Amino acid sequence: MDFRGYEPVIGLEIHAQLKTQSKMFCSDSTKFDALDNENTSPVSVGMPGALPVINKKAVEMSIQAGLALGCQIRHKSVFARKNYFYPDLPKGYQISQYDQPLCEHGKIQFVLDNEVKTISITRAHMEEDAGQSQHIGEYTLINYNRSGVPLLEIVSGPDLRTAKEAAEYARTVRQILRYLDVCDGNLEEGSLRCDCNVSVRKIGAPEFGTKVEIKNINSFRFIEKAIEFEIDRQIDMVEQGQKISQETRLFDPDKNQTISMRSKENAQEYRYFPDPDLLPVIVTDEEIQRLKSLLPELPVQRAQRFIKEFQLPEYDALILTAEKELADYFEKTALQSKNAKAASNWIMTELLRELKQTEKHISQSPVSEATLSELIGMIDQNIISGKMAKSVFSECWKTGKSPAQIVKEHNWVQITDTNAIEKVIEDILAQNPSQVADFRGGRTKVFGFFVGLAMKATKGQASPDLVNQILTIKLSGQ
Amino acid sequence: MDLLTAKISEVAKNIKQKKISSFEVCDFFLQRAHKHNPQLNAFININDSVTEGARKVDQRIALGEDVGLMAGIPMGIKDMFCTQGLKTTAGSKILENFVPPYDATVIDRLKKQGALILGKLNQDEFAMGSSNETSFFGPVKNPWNLEYVPGGSSGGSAAAQSARLSMATLGTDTGGSIRQPAHFCGIVGLKPTYGRVSRFGIVAYASSLDQAGPMVSYVEDAALVLEVISGFDPKDSTTTQRKVPSFTKDLSENIKGYKVGILKEYLKKGVLHPDVEKSVDDAMSILKSQGCEFIELSVPMTEVAVSIYYLVATSEASSNLARYDGVKYGYRAPFKQLSSIDLDEFYMSTRGEGFGKEVKRRIMLGTYCLSSGYYDAYYNKACQVRRKLSEEFQQAFTKCDVILSPVATSPAFKLGDKISNPLAMYLNDIFTVSTNLAGLPGMSVPFSISKEGLPIGIQLQAAPFNEQKILNMAFNLENATKMSGKVPYGF
Repeated sequence: MDFRGYEPVIGLEIHAQLKTQSKMFCSDSTKFDALDNENTSPVSVGMPGALPVINKKAVEMSIQAGLALGCQIRHKSVFARKNYFYPDLPKGYQISQYDQPLCEHGKIQFVLDNEVKTISITRAHMEEDAGQSQHIGEYTLINYNRSGVPLLEIVSGPDLRTAKEAAEYARTVRQILRYLDVCDGNLEEGSLRCDCNVSVRKIGAPEFGTKVEIKNINSFRFIEKAIEFEIDRQIDMVEQGQKISQETRLFDPDKNQTISMRSKENAQEYRYFPDPDLLPVIVTDEEIQRLKSLLPELPVQRAQRFIKEFQLPEYDALILTAEKELADYFEKTALQSKNAKAASNWIMTELLRELKQTEKHISQSPVSEATLSELIGMIDQNIISGKMAKSVFSECWKTGKSPAQIVKEHNWVQITDTNAIEKVIEDILAQNPSQVADFRGGRTKVFGFFVGLAMKATKGQASPDLVNQILTIKLSGQ
Repeated sequence: MDLLTAKISEVAKNIKQKKISSFEVCDFFLQRAHKHNPQLNAFININDSVTEGARKVDQRIALGEDVGLMAGIPMGIKDMFCTQGLKTTAGSKILENFVPPYDATVIDRLKKQGALILGKLNQDEFAMGSSNETSFFGPVKNPWNLEYVPGGSSGGSAAAQSARLSMATLGTDTGGSIRQPAHFCGIVGLKPTYGRVSRFGIVAYASSLDQAGPMVSYVEDAALVLEVISGFDPKDSTTTQRKVPSFTKDLSENIKGYKVGILKEYLKKGVLHPDVEKSVDDAMSILKSQGCEFIELSVPMTEVAVSIYYLVATSEASSNLARYDGVKYGYRAPFKQLSSIDLDEFYMSTRGEGFGKEVKRRIMLGTYCLSSGYYDAYYNKACQVRRKLSEEFQQAFTKCDVILSPVATSPAFKLGDKISNPLAMYLNDIFTVSTNLAGLPGMSVPFSISKEGLPIGIQLQAAPFNEQKILNMAFNLENATKMSGKVPYGF
């Protein structure tokens, strides 16, 4: 990447909503489709005397996420109050973690353009979400359903250097959280939110430039676009001798640009201090080990295993492990069909194409692992040809019937009787003497013409391998 | 049985045995409250429907149901406690019309034992004050002399109980707010160990210091109320899982062999009012005659306790009071056109008009302490010294069972005497704040009457979770002096 002699420095703050049944500090439901202010109680709307109590499940999920992000888990972490006034913040402070976060010093890896990238995770800490304001005419209405919903804020090191890298990092974090089943990773519903810190500096400069924060980006594509725009904007400014001011900007996807939201020049004074209503979170080694033993295999580990166990190319392995359900589907099919290569090929081409066209998730596929395994088995046993199998697959997709049934109904069984094929080919050669002469005269291209006729005569059911072999022998005049 | 002097257990027993109805008891105190409140201003709201609750208790007794340890007993509740369906103001304009949809855990526990709410008691605004003069609802008068303050912040509780307008009251103590008014008004006040009693539903002033406790006529009543309100609460993570002892059953005046500590720092010559000094000496003589041993101790950090207290308490308060912003409930400054105002203006007007002077002073102090650049020098330093103070007390309690001291340097002072001098007012807490900072149980028990005719109490402190020791010692003193349960002239 060329940035006119500049180096962008990018760090991401990802807010992941933990998939708990109840909120971080009280028993309110976290259901997304509740009525306005339905999921509230004295605690979540900050009534006098209401006290927070830590949700154990949220801590466990955070520890698991921390472990999967390669972090060290603090044996003692502390909840602190972040004080600021805003109508959607009912207590006038957010309960978060400050100088003693639950998880720190982690790193994750991913492959981008055939290169392995390692990005450090500075910290991952627990906090509660705020409510949502809605402006209607001269009124502002506030919905506190989200107030107190548990979040894990995952802060990367300033290690990212391109917009593409940042987006890929975010995708990888999302993938890990989804694998652990601790966050559903839905950017549109806000269960995953991403703030990007971007600065630029001359290549080789020892100091970072002034950073600008871009907030509320709700797709991976927009992360990339927002950062790309921001890098250009900042380099333009520096080139023109202007000073970059520390500020928060918003990305406008319609105009494809970032716009200034508020200046950070007069730095926010949050007056963090330990929340006296909560005891420190104490996590023992035994507890960490227990949670570690419950961790599922992570995408990177699984991809590596697929490469080793199934001899898959790295590219295929990465695509197949991008989603847990897809990886499960592949692994089951590979084991059932005993042909991992074929399983991989079918999934990567036919299945993913159909899913994309019909906008279905892998879990909704009408072709099950068992069905695909059966289909692969029929090819391997020469019952049907690969070409026929594609028709069978598409029938399976449409009807949900088994491959055996479809083959039977359409009488699509492959002809492997050499005598029958010989007979067909002899008839064809007899009916097309001039083309036979052409072939024997050196125009080998007409070979395909004969194959076509043979397949047509057998309604496509002749084994292509046998047709090729017999045709070669017959044409050579033996 | 005389309702003016009877103990809670006696009245509850008579109600259960149908010798008197709860209705009669509640009506008696309701009428007294209405009659004397204009003089004292002890109640912010009197709950006339208490008699309906009393009738229900009487019906349940008629049906032979178990109605609990405090069956049909009317209680006055400091207005810091959230009471479902009853206004809870914290003595502030900003909560003038706030009606909580829930009960504080302690209220819930009292109700489960059959207690009834007679009314909500006046207090310093958000419990910030030592004279009850910071209340939005006006000052409370001391029943022993109406020109004097009842102490604070639980001044309404102390005055109402002293004048016997209620069978028992509940207060909160963050830096002395139960013990000092108990001392000024001649009643028994107990601040439990931090974590003994749930804070859920109590308007928060300083979360790491606040505790609720009984303000009653007798030591036995204190033991009973404490027993009812104590214990682990899943809604308050700072409550202890420890089992609650049977304070009433274990109440004993036998204190032979108790080691009593006297802090050098508390007995500096010339600091104490002569009658207070004499009371401490007399108390020592009585206890010596009861077989107690005295030890002189030093807890040097108590010298800076008032400073630590005002740093820690105001810091926490500045954050705890941020929720009163006019958005969700409580006072909101009137604006003609909402759309034309900016958010900062909305907050500044609402909070500027809703909070009183002392509350604003403490919010500003606390905000300053927590600000970057000052945090380490003030808040953090105060926390460090506070830990040191706790360690020193821990050390001291390896040598003694109870520490005996004055509650305040003098008996009650006159209304208006100190309100314009915050520093003099803050120094009034010199003997009480350490108890909260170190999380200890502390108690004030009536001991004598000063030459001016004002009550004087004695303060007893013990190691965490040793409430029984101070209850027993107070019980002994109470039996020796017969100073408890005295109703001042005119009431």
